[in-house]
Amino acid sequence: MSVKQAREFIVSKGVDSFFIDLNSAVKFNLRFFKEVFLPPYEGKEIIKQCYEIGWKSLPLISLTGFITGLVFTKQSRPSLAEFGATSWLPSLVAIAIIKALAPLVTALIAAGKVGSNIGAEIGSMRVTEQIDAMEVSAVNPFKFLVVSRVIATTVMIPILMFYTGCVAMLGSYLNVHTNEMTSFVAFFEQAFQKISFLDIFSSLTKAVVYGYTIGIVGCYKGYHASQGTEGVGKAANASVVVSMFLIFVEEILIVQITNSIRG
Amino acid sequence: MDNERQNRGQDEPVIKIRDLYKSFGNNDVLKDVNLDLYKGENVVVLGRSGTGKSVLIKIIAGLLTQDTGSVCVLGEDISKLNDKELLELRLKIGFSFQNSALYDSMTVRENLEFPLVRNKKHLKRKEIDDSVERVLQAVGLAQTKNQMPAELSGGQRKRIGIARTLILNPEIMLYDEPTAGLDPITCIEINNLINRVKENFNTSSIIITHDLTCAKATGDRVAMLLEGTFARQGTFDEVFDSNDEKIRSFYNYNFIK
Repeated sequence: MSVKQAREFIVSKGVDSFFIDLNSAVKFNLRFFKEVFLPPYEGKEIIKQCYEIGWKSLPLISLTGFITGLVFTKQSRPSLAEFGATSWLPSLVAIAIIKALAPLVTALIAAGKVGSNIGAEIGSMRVTEQIDAMEVSAVNPFKFLVVSRVIATTVMIPILMFYTGCVAMLGSYLNVHTNEMTSFVAFFEQAFQKISFLDIFSSLTKAVVYGYTIGIVGCYKGYHASQGTEGVGKAANASVVVSMFLIFVEEILIVQITNSIRG
Repeated sequence: MDNERQNRGQDEPVIKIRDLYKSFGNNDVLKDVNLDLYKGENVVVLGRSGTGKSVLIKIIAGLLTQDTGSVCVLGEDISKLNDKELLELRLKIGFSFQNSALYDSMTVRENLEFPLVRNKKHLKRKEIDDSVERVLQAVGLAQTKNQMPAELSGGQRKRIGIARTLILNPEIMLYDEPTAGLDPITCIEINNLINRVKENFNTSSIIITHDLTCAKATGDRVAMLLEGTFARQGTFDEVFDSNDEKIRSFYNYNFIK
């Protein structure tokens, strides 16, 4: 490496490109908040994306949610049984599902399914010049592709989370009913005894933040894809990896904030 | 050629490029490029792959920015326009991409409607349908309206790509390698289409190509791009009436002499 080449970077190639990428990501986020309020509004595209992201994720979310509830209950029973506390199962499961599992499972499933899909779709549009084609036909591709998808994920992930929670509780009820013959009403009455408004609000906040993260990361990675089909693969992969990483960081932060509010 | 220019009098060119430089890293792609496009003419930019031809029209369309120099389109300096002004100017520029760049997830009809409904919101359904029909007729593909881009041949995709730009009635057309990857008969059809577009839609065009048959069939004027700068400009015969070895070898290779 020559002296001239070495001086091309302020710190090193890796560090420089990290900060360049971070700067670009911040600008991308700011552009979203600027464009989301300005007309024209792509109503039809937002509805289409809500359908693609929400409705088409239902089979996977249903299966995952149901199994999560069922298995969590099944695995928790022996430990509670040791203390003769199996009657606490509905409360324990409700706390786990509503406060942690439903938002996290929904977000991780969506990061894999929806995030990769957004990254790959926008990435392939970038490398095949479809985004350039929108620009030269005087259409704002950011508004059509990015704003619509980010709104759709931000709206649909909380709805999916609510649905996952319901399906997981049903899975749990099935296990409890099979073993203890608990009635539907008794199960849910006991389940929600220990759930406060703050718990539900915190989960909803998490889901909104996760939804935004999945949408914006997928769009950002796709929008900046390069190097042909290889770039599309990288964009899809990075959408999933970065989304999941950020979801875990956000989980920790929101839990800390909620706990400090709770006192 | 000089007489033609005199006949045009003191017409201001619709595209005026002066002292244009563009580099990517250490690679100087365009060096001191100067070009005028006058109303109603087709100018062909010829050159080998990787000589910066596509970069040149992407700068004209505002997709890339130049390092130095000026590009004026319809009297507006591209680099000085804000986003809104650039969008307004782009309504007057049609861009036909090398790989057509049709929207995969939309039918041909939706591809054609896409720029129209977003830029001319007052249009009624019937007017939109008529516009789609008109441009499909112009490119001779009225029967493909409900097909997906994946179901079209390479030549059909090119023609639909051109139709999508024509739907906004542009004053300037930019063609990026319009005949690349097509069989000779389809190339002739595309060349004829480019000429018909010029006559029927009163466009002025820049055609980027390395295909001499396309250059000869469509170009009123040819500009030969060599090593990032225009080595020669003039009619097809004027450009190739040269002893420059690089120009001769480009000509001989294309016509397999």
